[in-house]
Amino acid sequence: MADLRTRVGALELRSPLLLASGIWGESGVSLRRAYDAGAGAVVSKSIGSEPRDGYPNPTIEEYGSWGLLNAMGLPNPGMVAYRGELAAARQGGAVVIGSIFGHDASEFRTLALAMAETGVAALELNLSCPHAEGLGSEIGGDPTLVTEITRAVKEAVPLPVWAKITPNAADPAALAVAAVAGGADAITAINTVRAMAIDVDLQRPVLTHGLGGLSGPAVKPIGLAVVWQIYERVQIPIVGVGGISTVDDALQYLLAGASAVQIGTAITHGGAGLFSTLNAGISHRLDELKIPSVTALIGAAHRGTQSV
Amino acid sequence: MRRIRTVTSRVQETPSTVTLRFFDDLPAAPGQFVMLWVPGDDELPMSLSFCEGERGVTVKSMGATSAHITRLQEGDKIGVRGPYGNQFDVAPRHILLVGGGSGTAVLAPAAEALVRGGGELTVALGATTGPELLFAERLRPLADAVHLATDDGSEGYHGFVTDVVTRLITMQSFDAVWTCGPEVMMSKVEAAASRVGVPVWCSVERHMKCAVGICDACALGPFHVCQDGPVFPGATLRRLEEFAHSHRDPSGRKLPFGSPPPTTLPPSS
Repeated sequence: MADLRTRVGALELRSPLLLASGIWGESGVSLRRAYDAGAGAVVSKSIGSEPRDGYPNPTIEEYGSWGLLNAMGLPNPGMVAYRGELAAARQGGAVVIGSIFGHDASEFRTLALAMAETGVAALELNLSCPHAEGLGSEIGGDPTLVTEITRAVKEAVPLPVWAKITPNAADPAALAVAAVAGGADAITAINTVRAMAIDVDLQRPVLTHGLGGLSGPAVKPIGLAVVWQIYERVQIPIVGVGGISTVDDALQYLLAGASAVQIGTAITHGGAGLFSTLNAGISHRLDELKIPSVTALIGAAHRGTQSV
Repeated sequence: MRRIRTVTSRVQETPSTVTLRFFDDLPAAPGQFVMLWVPGDDELPMSLSFCEGERGVTVKSMGATSAHITRLQEGDKIGVRGPYGNQFDVAPRHILLVGGGSGTAVLAPAAEALVRGGGELTVALGATTGPELLFAERLRPLADAVHLATDDGSEGYHGFVTDVVTRLITMQSFDAVWTCGPEVMMSKVEAAASRVGVPVWCSVERHMKCAVGICDACALGPFHVCQDGPVFPGATLRRLEEFAHSHRDPSGRKLPFGSPPPTTLPPSS
């Protein structure tokens, strides 16, 4: 049996498969359900200072097996109300990564302090939501702000800090470099790819917000390229995310340089059972390849290749 | 996959409830719902009240968007996704159908499928007042009896339909109960039926966004109403602290039942 354990910096994980932020994170019980099904850790919904309804529906457009477009608009109950959900998630020992979003370094710092008090194992900074004014990628696309926000959070809390960066930039890896300059412990990449849907009968955008973010199998090759490029530019661990739904999808991200991966959209078809299915599948596939552990794969595709 | 459909007919069922029909070709089963989008306004989960031929939804004017839906006319365009969710088991047996207000909408097509398959049906409907009793005439030819209850006593029993159910369920023998309506009502129906060992199936409602099981807006205990429901065994719901007690607003905050309905849009004109 291949060893599924991995680590992201100092954080040891029983499986490389994590639940991505925004999936199932509104309820602590749902987060716990993903952990109990075999996830190595679960990332919370992105939490802000105040309750936020998000955008009115339609917030989703489905593309069958290849993708999902969304503009939820960062709905969340606010940090104060969310404490109860985190407590419910952590009952029974679930490893929870707390995701936060803010308008500036000072708001990120305040949220980081509040999130740290809940006992999360690490923080993930949402510097990459592609569809919220003054938030997410609107600030996370600026390397100076990425450094400033990451530094403010690192100085405030003793927890590992993961910077989740956007692929919607000319040079996403430069954003990872900026996060490293601010003291980030890991990079999460990618968030959704900016996209939209237009209906011909109605001659109008489908999503209430117009622009949204694409996830699912269609974005996997994009995520792989971003992780590949980041791996060549930074020394800290990478958490890969984007379109993973099969064993080989996950292994491809590890080979590109990820130390762990996150799963989101695939949950719509696979449910919580996807974690146990993929854990077993990865173990079987590694045995088949005669590779003893997940960690042996991290960045292995870079060996003997020129920088791309 | 979303498609744009044209409203083919509009029927005012009660003073506050309207049925809209539209052509659709995806298979639909009693109990399932669609995400119904009014272009320019919100998109809401709506149980199908007609699952064969022209599909239909029967909508009660509750908030700004449902009020907008009830004002739509023949020829208007709507967006439809789905159908989603699970369904009622319509295998032949004797079912007690308990509908509260517009909750009867999802039960009526299940009743038709049950009786067509050789099952037996007894009906108990409740509403605030006589004119708001939904689908009594649609169900009457299918049922051995239709019991009515109104809060104001204007038709049938003067009081809650749960009183009628509590009496019926001890006097007659049923194989199962199907219910949809206010959650407190369903909880009382479940309690009465479980006392005499009759299983209950409840169609429940929560605020919904994605409808494909990932956004968590419709989380109910360890379940998602969109994929694990909307039809749940009463015995499962009874164990959930939220059942008949709380739901979530669009931000994910828990609200007790009875507080003002969540709104995400200013009222449409």
